[in-house]
Amino acid sequence: MQGEHIEPVDLRATGAVARRQAFSRLSRYLLLAMSLLGVATLVVLGYITIDDGAGRIDLDFLTNYPSRFADQAGLRSSALGTIWILGTTIVLAIPVAVGTAIWIEEFAPKNALLTFVKLNIANLAGVPSIIYGILGLAMFVRFADLGPSILAGALTLTLMIIPMTVIASQEAIKQVPPSLREGSLAVGATQWQTVWSHVLPSALPGIITGVILSISRAAGETAALIMIGAFSFIAFDHSLNPAEALQDDFTTIPIQIYNWTIRPQEAFRQNAAAAIILLMIAVFTLNLTAAVIRERFRRTY
Amino acid sequence: MTALSPGAGDPEFRKSLRKRPLNHWNETIIKAALVACAFVTLATTALIIFVLFSETISFFRDVSFADFFLDTEWQPLQKPVSFGIWELVAGTLNVVLWSLLIAVPIGMATAIYLSEFANPRTRRVLKPVLEALAGVPTVVYAFFALSFITQDLLQPGLGKGTVPIFNSLSASVMLAVMILPTIASLSEDAMSNVPRDLREAAYGLGSTRIEVSLRVVVPAALSGIMASILLGIARVIGETMIVAIAAGSTPNLTLDPLASIQTMTGYMLQVGLGDAARGTVDYRSLFAVGTMLFLMTLLFNIASQLIIGRYREQYE
Repeated sequence: MQGEHIEPVDLRATGAVARRQAFSRLSRYLLLAMSLLGVATLVVLGYITIDDGAGRIDLDFLTNYPSRFADQAGLRSSALGTIWILGTTIVLAIPVAVGTAIWIEEFAPKNALLTFVKLNIANLAGVPSIIYGILGLAMFVRFADLGPSILAGALTLTLMIIPMTVIASQEAIKQVPPSLREGSLAVGATQWQTVWSHVLPSALPGIITGVILSISRAAGETAALIMIGAFSFIAFDHSLNPAEALQDDFTTIPIQIYNWTIRPQEAFRQNAAAAIILLMIAVFTLNLTAAVIRERFRRTY
Repeated sequence: MTALSPGAGDPEFRKSLRKRPLNHWNETIIKAALVACAFVTLATTALIIFVLFSETISFFRDVSFADFFLDTEWQPLQKPVSFGIWELVAGTLNVVLWSLLIAVPIGMATAIYLSEFANPRTRRVLKPVLEALAGVPTVVYAFFALSFITQDLLQPGLGKGTVPIFNSLSASVMLAVMILPTIASLSEDAMSNVPRDLREAAYGLGSTRIEVSLRVVVPAALSGIMASILLGIARVIGETMIVAIAAGSTPNLTLDPLASIQTMTGYMLQVGLGDAARGTVDYRSLFAVGTMLFLMTLLFNIASQLIIGRYREQYE
């Protein structure tokens, strides 16, 4: 073929076809611009928040109790409250959620009850958090007479995050190949020995990822905790003895942000912005950890 | 068959095998514990329904059905009291309408871009960033709505006379940002699941990329897209902090985006802040509104699940 002269042919479209192709090429950039809109909004808002609040973050801001003077107010009691609430929620929610997922995936007979349990969990995951709040108010605060305590708050958040933790754990357990189970059962292990020694270790990264995402959701929860009455002025440290601390009234960082946001003074807006920066660092660290664990320990069978 | 281990035929040995049951005693306990765990989720639902309905029934002893469903005024906290739910429902529908008008076009554009136009590298960056938006606590969005959208953007832009400090639009904008990941991500999944043959047939007939996207992929993925939007609606209806902080606390029978309104969740939070005593009509109204909210979110969630269920049957 070399050396042979080929007459160049113009293959470019003309007329209506050219216009359609031009529109298609243009739409790529229009769609990209619209896709970036949501992200760009948050980048701008994030920038303004940092600009507003970063100057307010210092050691005093972390160690001071709330105050009616914006420049003396700090996150001490709300940060401690958040730690207590999340710690208690983790202890209460994880065993129940993982246990439920194990039962559904490994033990439950495949019958109508199982279908109902699964459907129920999917619907519970969509129940608004404020409904969990009034459930906690009626059941834990008033009926069980726990008051607006750390225990009542943690129980409320526990019920709230169990459905999504179950769903994430189920996904992780489903990824474990049947051959692993069959191998274990074939050498004489019982069903539980198989689950404990083989299924759970393989599913662990996925389960941990799901748990971390649930915790990060609980860390930002505001409405449910306000409903149980956790909107109070707290100026003391909780005891290190859980039996005492669990009965304490409490506040959390999101509630403190709400408290500062609804005040009209500019100085409190700066406090809210500063608290948001710290909360977002915590939440993104959690989400990043979850993503890293998911990628790092991803196994392909 | 002749190489059986010594003693295999010995009845004593076979008996000793039988003595070790495959299920240990603790196996039974563990199974019972797991069933108990699963029972917690059933109990949660039962408790939610019990608490909501029992207090709602008490509420309707004090307030008639006619007042609740036919009155157009919601004024529970000052006399003369009236409990017409529609002002709160209208507040909720107001933010649903405006947030969807913002979130659906952007969400669709994002989904189409990610599924049909983006190269794999862009998608690998953009999708996780988008999903990170889903992790932002809503109280943060609420702060943005009140401080920036209203005070820095809407009021200077349109004039303080036209834009009250608490308005539906600021809340709707942040609600739209909140549900954007849900709509974009689930729609993108639906579009990516559209079989290649459909696209290739359309390309073969000379369609351009945007024509294939809009006339083939979007219609084929429509049920998945609808499901994502219904899920978004359910989340907007149930969201509390954004509307409580930015949209106001004035019940208002209007769809005007620049009006100060109150949603069902906004009212519930207001009562929650006020520490209503148990047994009062305020306390019970909380559960009556809660029941309405619960039923509305349930409706949209179930509709979304049904559509997803049907859609899966189509392509598997």
